[in-house]
Amino acid sequence: MAEQVAAKIAESGTDAAHATAEAAHGASGLNIHPMDQFIVQPLFSDGPVGMFTLTNATLWMAVAVICVVLLLVIGSRGRSVIPSRAQSVAELSYSFIYKMTEDITGKEGLKYFPYIMTLFMFIVMANSLALLPMSFAPTAHIAVTAVLALMVFLGVTILGFVRNGASFLGLFWVSSAPLALRPILAVIELISYFVRPVSHSIRLAGNIMAGHAVLKVFAGFAGALGLFAFLPILAITAIYALEVLVAFIQAYVFTILTCVYLKDALHPHH
Amino acid sequence: METETREAVIGPGEEVASGMPQLDPSSYPNQIFWLLIALVAIYFVLTRIALPRISSVLAERQGTITNDIAAAEELKQKATEAERAYDRALAEARAEANRISEENKAEMQAQLDRASEKAEAEIGAQQAESEKRIAEIRDNAMASVEEVAKDTALAVVAAMGFEADQSQVDDAVDRRLKETA
Repeated sequence: MAEQVAAKIAESGTDAAHATAEAAHGASGLNIHPMDQFIVQPLFSDGPVGMFTLTNATLWMAVAVICVVLLLVIGSRGRSVIPSRAQSVAELSYSFIYKMTEDITGKEGLKYFPYIMTLFMFIVMANSLALLPMSFAPTAHIAVTAVLALMVFLGVTILGFVRNGASFLGLFWVSSAPLALRPILAVIELISYFVRPVSHSIRLAGNIMAGHAVLKVFAGFAGALGLFAFLPILAITAIYALEVLVAFIQAYVFTILTCVYLKDALHPHH
Repeated sequence: METETREAVIGPGEEVASGMPQLDPSSYPNQIFWLLIALVAIYFVLTRIALPRISSVLAERQGTITNDIAAAEELKQKATEAERAYDRALAEARAEANRISEENKAEMQAQLDRASEKAEAEIGAQQAESEKRIAEIRDNAMASVEEVAKDTALAVVAAMGFEADQSQVDDAVDRRLKETA
């Protein structure tokens, strides 16, 4: 069996993952592979996924970039005082993130607004596009979200030390607590500081992945139930609506946490 | 070579079998590379084109709104001023009308007074003249009556057969007239 599978894989290249998955699941009655949608595959060739290979991840990130450009550049092309629909959405997202940045980080934080806007637009677009049937969710991948979160983490940490020098460490020294507790709190603060990128990235990837997997599982039920398929389809409809919400909320949460971390770097004292 | 290919291909396959393609490190470099490209692309487009443009549009709109409000304020002030000017003009016109009407009334009164005074004077003069004429007529009449009475008395005395003395009769008549008068 395993040899057969291996042979098949060697022949069929890209279908390897599917084949193996089928082999693994094939025995059970329900043929549901909720995680297969997350497989990164080359678009044109049947080879392994190299660094520069054009993959489905590449494609959907590119689509996200194009949609951001369409919305924010083409949408605002009119520059009209009374905005068109696209322009008002573009202005709405601009004001939304601008105000968030200003409210949380203060005036000094506005220097970093373009990067925060980049993060938000990329995540919200990738999340939303991933809800199209047959599409791919880049933000469901821990590799992607971890890079996003680590860039924020490293950027914020470096910025904190550059701006505040050693006094940035005051972030961990809770001066409002009793002196005896401060070392303990400092350890806890330090740990929580380093857990930030982990929670920051896993929150986003986990939410998107879970939603998509659940949709796929219900879709599998619908395929197996025949006449009663309307029940899982109703469920899919409801979950889809929830996922639309989650797509926006997770982008919002990621962005607002970025702002909060940035604020800590700019004003490290409690 | 063969085993390498196999591993490269089976690697992800085994990860899939274990559940999560996300945990397959062979796709990480690819995803990270394209993610960075995507972020740089978005960042570039945003900082070069989109954000300055949207920001300028928002600022322009804010400016337009502020200007419009200021213009509206100005117009309102002008309207108030115009209303005040109108009220003032109205009040002036009314005062002027009152004044003219008072003047006219006074003048008319004066003319009327003058006219009635003149009329009264004329009437008085006429009356005086009439009285004078009446007095004259009466005097004449009295004189005539006296003469007639004297003549009549003389005639009566003569008719009665007495030699009448002209002056005696006249005296008697005069006396008699004075008694009756």
